[in-house]
Amino acid sequence: MSATGVPFWSEVCLPAGQVRQTVQAPDHVLSTQCRSADPRDPAVIQLAADLLATMYGAPGCVGLAANQVGVDLAVFSMDVSDHPKTRTCHGPFVIVNPQIVDSSRNEKAREGCLSVPDFTGDVKRGTRLTVSGQLPQTGVAVSFSTDAFEARAIAHEVDHLNGLLFLDQVAGPHAIHVRQTYL
Amino acid sequence: METVAITVVGQDRPGIVAAVTGALADLNGNIEDSSMTLLRGSFAWMLVVAVPVDQTAVVAALSEVRELGLSIDVVALPDTQAVVTSPTHAVAVHGADRPGIVAAVTEVIAKRGGNITDLSTRLSGPLYVMAADVSLPTGVEVQLQSELTQVAELLDVEVAVHKIDIAEGF
Repeated sequence: MSATGVPFWSEVCLPAGQVRQTVQAPDHVLSTQCRSADPRDPAVIQLAADLLATMYGAPGCVGLAANQVGVDLAVFSMDVSDHPKTRTCHGPFVIVNPQIVDSSRNEKAREGCLSVPDFTGDVKRGTRLTVSGQLPQTGVAVSFSTDAFEARAIAHEVDHLNGLLFLDQVAGPHAIHVRQTYL
Repeated sequence: METVAITVVGQDRPGIVAAVTGALADLNGNIEDSSMTLLRGSFAWMLVVAVPVDQTAVVAALSEVRELGLSIDVVALPDTQAVVTSPTHAVAVHGADRPGIVAAVTEVIAKRGGNITDLSTRLSGPLYVMAADVSLPTGVEVQLQSELTQVAELLDVEVAVHKIDIAEGF
């Protein structure tokens, strides 16, 4: 158990994870409100393990929502441990049925997303955030606060589970930017 | 399919976007990239559209829109692959308005091999502001910052250059 009270996922005995195919916009599952998941359901436990495996298998990936692998269940994985912009860090973890219970100190930053590879966008999000949910397998309720990069990453993932992409949250029509791409 | 660039400029009023896009939809045109804004109260819009007709047909289809008092230009675009470069730095300028600010700043950027990927300028009273996204070659940021600072002092404006950080991986 970490000092912050969030058990590391490794303390939850997840099965071996399989890498799943990630989906990209305009796949409709990314605009789907994900359903509540039973954290003790074997399929959800396997999903948790697979999200971690898929996340670690994608270079630079620090968070992954279930609908980013085509599953409309409210589960996401995260590990921002190695990111240079991380301050407070709770990763690695998988959280089921997450809810943001508080968010403050909004700041605008340019975001990208694995599921929207050709664009970035300027999005305002809280730099302080409290999230609650359940751990997979045990179903233990957890609630923790974080900041900076982990806060933005959690908000981004919870948006995914609510069927929202950063494209839905951009600050104005000139806040979407094209990445290097061949037309 | 042809690709055309259309510019629409004129006095703003409700219904311009609907009229133009309606005419293009009647042609089975597909609007790809576009950018519209109000400049000093005037409507200004540029669109890149794929159309199954030639440029002349597009001009004809937009004739009713012209009757709204708008200036419309249609240019056929070459069928070549373009590389859109991702911006690496943001440049912000503000100060007392005078001619030559954008020219002086962008000349410095161009001499350092920078490519402007987005640009916006606004004037309100005596205050002029400029914001640009720039794609810079590796290793020129320090020199660019120094040269822009010198230009800013000559123009009596403030300039800031910062790297664009993208929060991603999720």
